[in-house]
Amino acid sequence: MNALEINGLGKIYGNGNRALGDVSLTVPKGSFYALLGPNGAGKSSLINILADTVRPSSGKVTLLGHDLFSERNWCKRRLGVVPQEIAFDPFFTPREILRVTAGLFGCKTNEAWLEELLDRLELTDHAGKRARQLSGGMRRRLLVAQALVHRPQLVILDEPTAGVDVELRRRLWDFMRELNAAGTTILLTTHYLDEAEELCGHVAIIDRGQLLTAQPMQTLMHDIASSTLYLKYDKPVLLTKEDGDVLSAFEPTVCDEGVCLKLSREENGGSSFHLAYQAGVARFGIPIDAAVRSEDLEDVFLRLTRRQESEVGDKP
Amino acid sequence: MSQSNLLGAWTLFARETRRFLKVKMQTIVTPALTAMLYLVIFRYAMGDRHVPGMDVDYFTFLVPGLAMMAMMQNAFANTSSSMIMGKVMGMHIYLLMAPLSAFEVVMAFLAAAVVRAVVVASVFLMVLVPFVDISIPHPGIVILYGLSASIIMGGMGLLGGMWSRDFDQVAMVTNFIILPLTFLSGVFYSVQQLPPFWQMINHANPFFYLTDGFRYGFLGVGDTDPSASMGVVLFTVVVTFIACWRLWYIGWRMKE
Repeated sequence: MNALEINGLGKIYGNGNRALGDVSLTVPKGSFYALLGPNGAGKSSLINILADTVRPSSGKVTLLGHDLFSERNWCKRRLGVVPQEIAFDPFFTPREILRVTAGLFGCKTNEAWLEELLDRLELTDHAGKRARQLSGGMRRRLLVAQALVHRPQLVILDEPTAGVDVELRRRLWDFMRELNAAGTTILLTTHYLDEAEELCGHVAIIDRGQLLTAQPMQTLMHDIASSTLYLKYDKPVLLTKEDGDVLSAFEPTVCDEGVCLKLSREENGGSSFHLAYQAGVARFGIPIDAAVRSEDLEDVFLRLTRRQESEVGDKP
Repeated sequence: MSQSNLLGAWTLFARETRRFLKVKMQTIVTPALTAMLYLVIFRYAMGDRHVPGMDVDYFTFLVPGLAMMAMMQNAFANTSSSMIMGKVMGMHIYLLMAPLSAFEVVMAFLAAAVVRAVVVASVFLMVLVPFVDISIPHPGIVILYGLSASIIMGGMGLLGGMWSRDFDQVAMVTNFIILPLTFLSGVFYSVQQLPPFWQMINHANPFFYLTDGFRYGFLGVGDTDPSASMGVVLFTVVVTFIACWRLWYIGWRMKE
């Protein structure tokens, strides 16, 4: 069973802005799933529809096999959302806020779990202060605790680490990893792509309300992330038209005063490294240094979302 | 499939009640004191005069009217302030995300509004006990009209808070709709003192029936027959409740 199945989800706001257009996505149960996209891509609209703070214009969503829109309350009990905007009740302390949140979700407060949350999110020393006295990072961690206090099976984290320092971020991710290992499905949006690459087993990239790709992280990095062979010479390389024609199979470019040759995947799982190296040597001679450079998630993300930009720009 | 969430509704009620108890100086003492000041001012301005057409002195006449005005204004303030603060500070999303039905949300908000209204009126009346003979000949009517007024005004506060986008808009609703309707509901006068045109205007104000019925329960005298105005009051309660319920259900001005 999947944690989340989104089919043809669309959202057009009252001002005519089409935030989401026909997005379909499947989040496997137990996965750590990254939902990535530039600002304004539609991530928050999608999350807000799941959280029931925004109405969808079209589409169907099932959560753990139940229809989200017709069985809202069943689904809400199993869903925890960390919103992007910091929101807190200034009248109450973090401990009171967590008790209230658990109660609103229909759960009697599990004191042991509440204390563990405060401890893991490093809020224990601040649990008796008024929420307005907390720093920005503490308030954001309180939002994470609120999303977890009713022990949801699916947790959605909408940029949970914005404004949280590196050390606390690392500990937060350790905690999320433990929850995920214990069976909680986690859907994460973040602008820290290195974190997404490290944490998530699956990734979806959306831009301008459209899904660009959705697949396991390994598949994405294997199939879409490209590798190049960088050859460095004692003098800067200048590419002529003839060089381009001869090496056209490797899409040569000048990079860091050397030459970069794009590698393709071979059927045996390897790459065209050997062919590219031989072709480069035949054309420019033996290099003084060579390296294989692979795209990371950030490179793939930028390439995919830039392509989308140029496609949109080409339209009349 | 719909699951009720009684614990959730109770938690929301408790939260809304605790919220006003945390700032009791502002939410209980100040309104009770304001009502007392009105009473003192009118007591000395009007002396021992009796209300025309009623066998009651002006001071005694004012007491239930002021208690009712305090109830109405505080019931409205409890729901409207909570709602607009939630919207402005973004806290309202926790209500929208919680597995609560519209019925549960509205019931919890209205119950808390009733508690605040009753607490404020009780404090005001308890302070007056040594100075006024409060015998209450019709306690059932007092309870019925007091609860009805609190529910109606709590509901209107909920609707006002849902409609408003900022504090300025909710202040507009309070100052241009709620205050005039409560002040012109016969708190300070008997409609029999008014010219016919203004009597007609008063009879079109549902708050007038609330104040008049409440006063009848306290003093045994009033401008209208409370059993006849009961229909108007109960109708307004039902309409207010259904409006709150329906509009919360569709997420009116809460969800984009």
